[in-house]
Amino acid sequence: MLDREPKIVAFLCNWCSYAGADLAGTGRIQYPPNVRVIRVPCSGRVDPLMILKCLQRGADGVLVSGCHPGDCHYIAGNYLARRKFVLLDKLLDFFGIEKGRVHFSWVSAAEGEKFADVVKQVTETVRALGKPTKLVR
Amino acid sequence: MPSMLQDTGFDARIGVYVCHCGLNIAGVVDVEAVRESARFLEGVVVVRDNRYTCSEVGQKGIADDIKEFMLNRVVIASCSPRLHEKTFRTLLEKSGLNPHLLEMANIREHCSWVHYDNHEAATEKAKGLVHSSVARARLLQPLSRTKGRVVPEVMVVGGGVAGISASLYLGGMGIKTYLVEREPSIGGHMAMLDKTFPTLDCSLCILSPKMVEVAECENIKVLSYSEIEKVEGQVGDFRVQVRRKPRYVNEEKCVGCGDCVAKCPVKVKDDFNRNMGTRKAIYIPFPQAIPPAYVIDDQNCRYLTQGKCKICQAVCERGAIEYDQTSYVETIEVGAIIVATGFQPYDPRGLPQYGYGRFPNVITSLDFERLICADGPTYGKLKRPGDSQVPKRVAFIQCVGSRSVASGCRGYGLDAETGSSVGATDPKAYCSRVCCMITAKQAFMVKEKYPDAEVYVYYIDMRTAGKGFEEFYQRGRHEGIVFLRGKPGEIEERDDGCLRIISEDLDSGCILDLCFDMVVLAQGLTPPDGLVEFAQKMNLSRSEDGFLMEGHPKLRPAETAIDGIYLAGCVQFPKDIPDSVAQAGAAAAAAAVTCSKESIEIDPLGPVIDEALCIGCKLCEMLCPYGAIKVELTDKGPKAKSIEVACKGCGVCGASCSTRAITMKHYTDSQLTAQAKAILEVV
Repeated sequence: MLDREPKIVAFLCNWCSYAGADLAGTGRIQYPPNVRVIRVPCSGRVDPLMILKCLQRGADGVLVSGCHPGDCHYIAGNYLARRKFVLLDKLLDFFGIEKGRVHFSWVSAAEGEKFADVVKQVTETVRALGKPTKLVR
Repeated sequence: MPSMLQDTGFDARIGVYVCHCGLNIAGVVDVEAVRESARFLEGVVVVRDNRYTCSEVGQKGIADDIKEFMLNRVVIASCSPRLHEKTFRTLLEKSGLNPHLLEMANIREHCSWVHYDNHEAATEKAKGLVHSSVARARLLQPLSRTKGRVVPEVMVVGGGVAGISASLYLGGMGIKTYLVEREPSIGGHMAMLDKTFPTLDCSLCILSPKMVEVAECENIKVLSYSEIEKVEGQVGDFRVQVRRKPRYVNEEKCVGCGDCVAKCPVKVKDDFNRNMGTRKAIYIPFPQAIPPAYVIDDQNCRYLTQGKCKICQAVCERGAIEYDQTSYVETIEVGAIIVATGFQPYDPRGLPQYGYGRFPNVITSLDFERLICADGPTYGKLKRPGDSQVPKRVAFIQCVGSRSVASGCRGYGLDAETGSSVGATDPKAYCSRVCCMITAKQAFMVKEKYPDAEVYVYYIDMRTAGKGFEEFYQRGRHEGIVFLRGKPGEIEERDDGCLRIISEDLDSGCILDLCFDMVVLAQGLTPPDGLVEFAQKMNLSRSEDGFLMEGHPKLRPAETAIDGIYLAGCVQFPKDIPDSVAQAGAAAAAAAVTCSKESIEIDPLGPVIDEALCIGCKLCEMLCPYGAIKVELTDKGPKAKSIEVACKGCGVCGASCSTRAITMKHYTDSQLTAQAKAILEVV
């Protein structure tokens, strides 16, 4: 269990998840304040190396969220992202980094409540994992 | 001049503006503290806070600072960039700065509104978001926008009353319009209705003149019996592939004499009449159909299924029958698209307690329209399907498939967890808006035709918000229609075919045990068949209810998140005829604005390829969803080349390049990692 507030970086695609996060705001749905959002055009824009760099620089967790399967604004960017992150998962495992530090989710522009749920779940998982020991500079 | 300072050769001179947004932000976030935390960040020249940054005063202050402090980057911490990015980009442009040198920190939707229970954490988070934006702003580059062409033509998808109205507005403005309809005739659901509320106008009597106008308008081309296959391009320049299904009847030659129908030997159930009557294998959906040409149903035509018959060809004096027609794809270029694909009535088989599909005398409101219509299967005599008797006691049940919170279904096309499709039979949580008035109208029509009939309406709430609606409902009460508050749990069928309903009357507290000859279920409106796939083809988002999502719920109700694609009618959400027509007008106006432009500025968000680093591995070429990056042989070997007009800027290539030869404009690796670094340093 982490004794301080976890730091989580979230990469959200502009068309679905960023809009979903906006909708959570418009709907005043409360969620933990631990996530800081970086807007990207598509989840497919997120290079796995960026996630590793975040962990290296002291992020307790990273969230990448894109459009639902089939709903990608750029046809297939989210599928490509998913494939990459399956491999990244294995790499992280190889590094000895706990499951639950890096999350991937689908949140549509209509799912404000789901975005809040995802943030809650990611924050709790990361909090429970405690202080990261691997990869941190 | 500020424009001289835009290149990265000069140091960044950043202005940071933190917005109070009245109390929307300042009520939760300590705006002054956020402002001060940014004051000494690298590159920051001036920091300010504004009550409303988007106001005239707020904008003028920024413009003045750009001049006075020679700013070359601007960071605005306020609402979502999806709301005001355009406003502030325009401001930068007017002040002589490249519009892409703006960065916004979303401290309202992503911060103050979602953390109002923790002011301290919200303030810390806002600081982090502002620092992240400043870090990114330092690395922003000016970008030049390219100009795209505008095809001054519009495609309207869906030929119901919304699509018809939109086409007529556009055609009237002199804009060439393609009206695509998947059924053999335009008209949509409105053509199936007998009367409209609250005026009791004959539905087709008011619709068919508009349909004829469409057929006669020289600017409108109707593509009936056709569906959208693929959409490419962007605002101003869409390429739409339309699949034209074979009618097997030449539209130009057919005069609609009907000789073929008289002789056709195949009788099938008539889907236009909700399968209650019959039609032939060669048919016209209804007499006023546009185009007024017959069509052969290839699932049932004897010649097309068994290779023998050809009677219709023999009797057609005009030689209009063409069995050898096949489906083909036509590509049409347009500048804007209006989606008006309507709705699908809720299928009450999803609520088995009401027995629809099992009890013949339980029908839906759309079935009722066909039964009471002079042109319907019973020629306007309200005969119940079980034994063709005219019912003496009729019940209506409201909210069938609507307002079903208990079922918990949100109607979204694909279940997020299982990926399975959510069917039309799942009850929906929303109110379908029109069913109360449809029932008020239908109950009134029963009383009008059969004054001795007893008519009961079981309802939760009667929602009659609309011009003349409440007056019409009260008129029904005076005519003796009995309105009972309380939704029945179940319908039982007795041996004689009558239907027993036991329910609680919530107004009197009594338990009522009543029998009826016929029950009409006021079915809700659900997203149209195939909308999930259609939305994916068009890249449109759907709301949680499954309908298409508008650009903004208040201020852009006829637009979508995609520039150049607009919405009209029930595909956005259930609405009545006047509202559909009004939205069609709004969509037509918006599409006409697009078409009136000479060219459209396209955001330049593509890749920049460093040829020295590119090894021509073709990974980017393989992954690009648009075929917008190709490896070509140059004198330095194979190198990737970006095809700017095809690129949409997703960044998949940039995230995948093995030698880091690709830099994505405006979302560069260094910008994104600088943001992450700044975030992690602050918290």
